[in-house]
Amino acid sequence: MQVTMRVNGEEVSRDVEPRLLLVHFVRERLGLTGTHWGCDTSNCGTCVLWMDGEPVKSCTVLAAMADGRDIRTVEGLEKGTQLDPVQEGFMREHGLQCGFCTPGMMMTARWLLDHNPDPSEHEIREAISGQICRCTGYENIVRAIRWAAEHPAKEEVAS
Amino acid sequence: MTVTDAAPLSAAGNPIGFGRMLRKEDARFLRGQGNYLDDIQLPGMLHGAILRSPHAHARIISIDTSAAEAHPKVKAVITGAMLEGLKLAWMPTLSQDVQAVLATDKVRFHGQEVAFVVAEDRYSARDALELIVVEYEPLRPVVDARRALEPGAPVIRTDIEGKQDNHIFDWEAGDREATDEVFRRAEVVVAQDMLYPRVHPAPMETCGSIASMDRVTGQLTAWSTTQAPHAHRTLYALVAGIPEHKVRIISPDIGGGFGNKVGIYPGYVLAVVGSIVTGHPVKWVEDRSENLMSTSFARDYHMHGEIAATKSGKILGLRVKVLADHGAFNGTAQPTKFPAGFFHIFPGSYDLEAAHCEVTGVYTNKAPGGVAYACSFRVTEAVYLVERMVEVLADELKMDPADVRRQNLLRPEQFPYMNKTGWEYDSGDYGKTLEVALDKAGYDDLRRRQAEGRARWRAAGGTPEHPEVGGEHLMGIGISFFTEGVGAGPKKHMDILGLGMADGCELRVHPTGKAQLRLSVQTQGQGHETTFAQIVAHELGIPPEDIEVIHGDTDNTPFGLGTYGSRSTPVSGAAAAVVSRRIRDKARIVAAAALECSTDDLEWELGRWKVKGDPEKGKTIQEIAMLAHGTLELPEGVEGHLDASVVYDPPNLTYPYGAYICVVDLDPGTGQIKVDRFIAVDDCGPRINPMIVEGQVHGGLADGVGMALMEVIAFDESGNHLGGSFMDYLLPTSLECPSWELGETVTPSPHHPLGVKGVGESATVGSPPAVVNAVVDALEPFGVRHADMPLTPAQVWLAMRGRPLRTDLAVS
Repeated sequence: MQVTMRVNGEEVSRDVEPRLLLVHFVRERLGLTGTHWGCDTSNCGTCVLWMDGEPVKSCTVLAAMADGRDIRTVEGLEKGTQLDPVQEGFMREHGLQCGFCTPGMMMTARWLLDHNPDPSEHEIREAISGQICRCTGYENIVRAIRWAAEHPAKEEVAS
Repeated sequence: MTVTDAAPLSAAGNPIGFGRMLRKEDARFLRGQGNYLDDIQLPGMLHGAILRSPHAHARIISIDTSAAEAHPKVKAVITGAMLEGLKLAWMPTLSQDVQAVLATDKVRFHGQEVAFVVAEDRYSARDALELIVVEYEPLRPVVDARRALEPGAPVIRTDIEGKQDNHIFDWEAGDREATDEVFRRAEVVVAQDMLYPRVHPAPMETCGSIASMDRVTGQLTAWSTTQAPHAHRTLYALVAGIPEHKVRIISPDIGGGFGNKVGIYPGYVLAVVGSIVTGHPVKWVEDRSENLMSTSFARDYHMHGEIAATKSGKILGLRVKVLADHGAFNGTAQPTKFPAGFFHIFPGSYDLEAAHCEVTGVYTNKAPGGVAYACSFRVTEAVYLVERMVEVLADELKMDPADVRRQNLLRPEQFPYMNKTGWEYDSGDYGKTLEVALDKAGYDDLRRRQAEGRARWRAAGGTPEHPEVGGEHLMGIGISFFTEGVGAGPKKHMDILGLGMADGCELRVHPTGKAQLRLSVQTQGQGHETTFAQIVAHELGIPPEDIEVIHGDTDNTPFGLGTYGSRSTPVSGAAAAVVSRRIRDKARIVAAAALECSTDDLEWELGRWKVKGDPEKGKTIQEIAMLAHGTLELPEGVEGHLDASVVYDPPNLTYPYGAYICVVDLDPGTGQIKVDRFIAVDDCGPRINPMIVEGQVHGGLADGVGMALMEVIAFDESGNHLGGSFMDYLLPTSLECPSWELGETVTPSPHHPLGVKGVGESATVGSPPAVVNAVVDALEPFGVRHADMPLTPAQVWLAMRGRPLRTDLAVS
């Protein structure tokens, strides 16, 4: 079947098997390998991307379900050569080690800050609690998201 | 410059040496540009999938692959019978046993590899697995390790000629007679049984491999999720008979290892076979269930500890018996002469008179493995044992566990200290570290608040029979003090299958003064690209941004056995320092030639050789690099260029240590435990990059909370694996973890060139007993002395009622 969607602002159209998972679609058909796969059961969150502005676990979404939707992946976080404050925060606060959970964590963090620009530590922990990191013990992920909250991009301040 | 001086900053703002530095590797990870195994696509690449056993123990009657072979997208179906023809049905393990690549005669654990399908895409490969028909004759499984040696127990390893039981090894350490003597005269002897359950490292990226065999050149290139690419190359050569110079192992970015990615798994071998059979590259990536069910688990130690002491709490001796469940094949990864790894470091941080342990390894119908999950070769189990025994003793004597430790910790003047089981601890000031942790925790205040809380609970009518009163919770405070031996290891003391554990390292300083450092170890998130550049910067004064660290490709790096057991900094870090010093020595000769003086006239300041007494006159390392590649005439016998290589054989292990304190909240109405605070004071010597060290400690602490409270791989009575997904195998999330409170003391290693000790596994080793000790402390009003991990609400609830569960089995 043919699916058409916007991915990071660009329209893409591919012929896919109806059963193809969205995570495999973006990784293998579009080459956007920043979105990872880690568990099959919607527990780990390494596959989190946005569909119509909401974070979803793309290992349990079919590519067919994304037909006509707007998809944003980690590759769509950077604006030109300007890192998103969340990316900058993860770097400055050492919010990543092996880097495997990082794209999913950052996509959730961006969503959180878009909806709650000044989250408390507990709100941050709640927001990322559906995602697993085995390296950081979460401490520096929380700090990274706080850093991003305290250093919004210029256009965010303007809006 | 000493390591404690603040390093000067480079033009880019990075420390030219030790200090907090943002990671060089982050640039790609932040943009989704990491290059993990499953990100790699090769032209013509096929996909493999493994059919696994639904039984724990069964004879294979027949395998019918015809329907799978008829699938239009299937290129090959491989069975154990086919591998037997190639002499590849069995592969050697790292513990001098063999493991089935694909089962031939029997399956021996739930999830064992039975057949391999190669197809055009990953979905078709999975489809075809369902077309394979295997007829099994189920056999009685051995699930309970404690019954594995009973007469009449089913014999698992019928493939081993003459094998009549499930016994693997008996091993002992320490002085049995001296220990028995200490126990005979001791005023107090306390015993405790405890289980360190089977757990799994579960890195976020599962294991996988892509094999590409070039039929014309005979060259095998394998991209693998491996922490030890050079060891894999040698093993591929030994297993498959492929000449070692024709094998190239590439370990790309690794999404976490924790010991899960040390060994060679059947899937890796099958990808190679698949590539040989089809003539195409073959990718195999396991799914999460396969990862949890078949790859290297950790622990599974059934321990009986006895502690001898005086009435005043002076510890005299420790006596330990261990039953080690190794699963169906003995596939533990550790130095070969130590079948129980470094478990015999169990006397821990204490000054005692004698110690002895006996370890018996047995086969069961479970997946192989045993040494993984940041365990420092089973120091994890050892630390858990001794730190629980100290608590048990404190409970028996009604003493504060902090005071028992104060009384018994090794004193600074005892170092270097030869412990009672043969380990020479290099340096330490244990008492100081404990006091720093107790201060940071506000220990006395915590004890006061705990007593007040217990009084309120009792006043409200709280009793073991009626624990839930007015929402009153109970506080628990747990301490652990650990000593690790890491940095395996000295050639004189250990090897793996005859391979020494020295690490090669090469440094090339290019004409413009930029450098490349080639390492044998392989990062899985530890930040090697940053910290190893900092080591070279510290030694040569080259800014770390001018140093590229190259690793993970056997064709482009020197030999060494890889990253595990916290060995990268102790061994390869030392190699990086020594190779830099060789460059510095060579640079001195070049500078002397250029300045027309004697090398004795020169002295080093960071980044520059200068003339003594005439500091304006000198040459920077960058100037020297250009001179070394130029036309300058060098003394006779001195070659040009500025390259060096070393092989570093460590003289001893390094011994990082730490004092951890955990504070938990027990809801006596539900058995729910919440970790309120966790204080971790680590002494790993000087910290090359404190930011990275703290990050590693954070991660290990989360592991400890997970193991203590949530994680277990249990089995039902048929041997079914009950932890095959993240819905069943519970890992800590951001909500189970508190905000970690870290501290440090700094006691350099006297034998490491940089004084550093390694820290990657410290927190995973040290934290579980702190959490368990805290939970048991919270249960003091219920008279609980011990309950096995994981301390889930159900387990705590049952412990409050005096009947904690066996957590390894789903049968009571």
